[in-house]
Amino acid sequence: MPMPNVSTVVESTTPVIRVTELTTYYGERRILDRVSLQVAPGEVRVIMGGSGSGKSTLLRHLLGLERPVAGCIELFGHDINTLSGQELFELRRHMGVSFQGGALFNSMTVGENVQFPLREHTRLDANTIRIMSRMKLEVVNLAGCEDLMPAQLSGGMIKRAALARAIVMDPKLLFFDEPSAGLDPVVSAELDELILRLRDSMNISIVVVTHELESAFKIADYITVLDRGEILLTDTVENMRRSDHARIRSLINRIPDTGPVDADAYLERLTRTD
Amino acid sequence: MVRAFTTNLGRRVVGGVEEFGYGAALLVESLFWIAIGSLRQQPVRVATIAAEMMRIGVSAIPVVAILALANGMMMALQGIYTLRDFGAESQVIPGLAMSITREFGALIVGIVVAGRSGSAIAARIGAMQMSQEIDALRVLGVNPVRYLVAPILLAMVVMMPLLTILANAVALFGGGLLCSLQLHMSLAAFTELTLASLEVADVLQGLTKSIVFAVLITLVSCSNGFATSGGSEGLGQRTTRSVVLCIGAIVVADMIFTFFLSR
Repeated sequence: MPMPNVSTVVESTTPVIRVTELTTYYGERRILDRVSLQVAPGEVRVIMGGSGSGKSTLLRHLLGLERPVAGCIELFGHDINTLSGQELFELRRHMGVSFQGGALFNSMTVGENVQFPLREHTRLDANTIRIMSRMKLEVVNLAGCEDLMPAQLSGGMIKRAALARAIVMDPKLLFFDEPSAGLDPVVSAELDELILRLRDSMNISIVVVTHELESAFKIADYITVLDRGEILLTDTVENMRRSDHARIRSLINRIPDTGPVDADAYLERLTRTD
Repeated sequence: MVRAFTTNLGRRVVGGVEEFGYGAALLVESLFWIAIGSLRQQPVRVATIAAEMMRIGVSAIPVVAILALANGMMMALQGIYTLRDFGAESQVIPGLAMSITREFGALIVGIVVAGRSGSAIAARIGAMQMSQEIDALRVLGVNPVRYLVAPILLAMVVMMPLLTILANAVALFGGGLLCSLQLHMSLAAFTELTLASLEVADVLQGLTKSIVFAVLITLVSCSNGFATSGGSEGLGQRTTRSVVLCIGAIVVADMIFTFFLSR
C-alpha cells in the first residue's frame, strides 16, 4: 500500500476532520452514539460539553489513541483505522496536541520538550533546532524559560509550553484539550487570544475541547455541543445563542440538569443489598 | 459463593494470560524496534541506552558488591561448619565455586536489580502514563516501546551479566577471605583450588540465567508501568506489584533453569 501523500492532501479543501457515525463503548456503557462532524481547513472548532459528555473520548479517537467500535474517522482524507502504524506516524507529523495537564516530559527542560519533535522527526542540526524552538517559545510568550524544568512552571506557563511543543512542527491541525481548565480568567483569556493569533498567523485548523462557555464563544467559528455521547448541535456562536433547544438553553444559562425524582427507584437504591 | 469463587478464578486466569501475552508482545515489539528502528527513522538512541546502563547497572554496583561479599562469607561459614562433622572442610571450596557461579551470583544481581530498577521503571512509566506523557509520545509520532522499553531492555541485557561477573568475583573473594581465616590457607591457594574446580560451563550457566532475568525484569516492570491507572494509589500498587512479580518470576525461572541444566 502506498504511503499517504499527506503534504499534497492537506493543501486541498477537503475537510481536515470528517467523523462519520462514530460509536464507542466503555465496557457496557455507551460513550459516543453515532457522532458525526466535519472540520474545514482554517476553522476553529470548539467541542463543548459537560463532564461525562464524551468529549474527552471523542478527542482520544480523533488523535488515533483509541479504536472505534463502529464508524469512521478521516483525518486529511485518510481513514485512520485502515492506516498502518507507519502511515499513522506520517500523518501525526501534521498534527499538534496540547493535553489538558500539558503532558510535558518531566525529565526534560522546557526547551528540550519543545525541541523533542524536531529532534525525533527531522535531521536539522542542533543550532537550527534551538533557534526554531526559541521562535515558538517567543510566540507563546515564554522567551527565556527554556532552561526551566516543567515542575518549576505555573499552570498557565505549562499550557503555553505544551502549546509551543504542539506547534513546533508547524502542524496543519492543532488539538487543544481544556485550555482554560485550572487557570484564572486573565490567563485563560490570554490563551484564547493566543489560539486566535495562531489560527491567523499559521493558517491551521484548531479543535478546542472545553467546558468553558465564555472562552468557547470567544474563539469558536463553529461550536459542536456534545451531551451524553450525542451531538446536540453544530452551529455558529450566534445561532447557538439563539437556539431554543432546552438542553442548550440550560447549558448557556448554567441551569443544572436535574431530572424528576422517581421515588420508587430512589428507595430501591437506598435499600439495595448486594 | 461457589459461583463467586469460580468467576473470580476465571477472571484472574484470563487476566494472567492477558498479562503474559502483553509481556510477550512487548518483547517482540522491542526487538523489532532494536532491529529495524533506524530504517523507520525511529532509532533506539545510544545516549538513552547509556543513560539506562548508568541507572540500572553502574549505580547498582555498590549494593551488589556488599550483598555478594556478605553472601560469599556466609556461605563459606555455613559450609565449613556443616562439613566439619565429616572432616571435609576443604570441600567447601568447590562447593562455593559451583554454587556461586551457577546460582547465587546471578540470583543476587537479579534480586537487587528487581528491587532497584523493577520498582523505578514501573514508577517512572506509570507516572508518565498518568500525566498523559505516554499519549503525548504517541501523538508526537514517537513509539513509546521504541523510546522507553527498547533502551531499558538493551541496557538490562548488557548490564546484568556484567554485574553477575562482578558479583561472582566479589562473592568468591568473600568466601576466600573466610576460608583463609578459618582453614589457615592463603588466598592464592584458595584461588587456585577454586579455578581448578570450575568449568567454563558453570560460569556460562550463571550468565545465561542473568540474561533471562534481565528480560523478565524489563518486561514485568514496563508492562506494570504501562498498565497503571487510578491515581497515586494505583501507582503505588503497580510499583509494589512490579517488584513482587519481578522477584517471583526470577525465582521461578531460576528453578526451571536449574532443573533442566543440572540433570
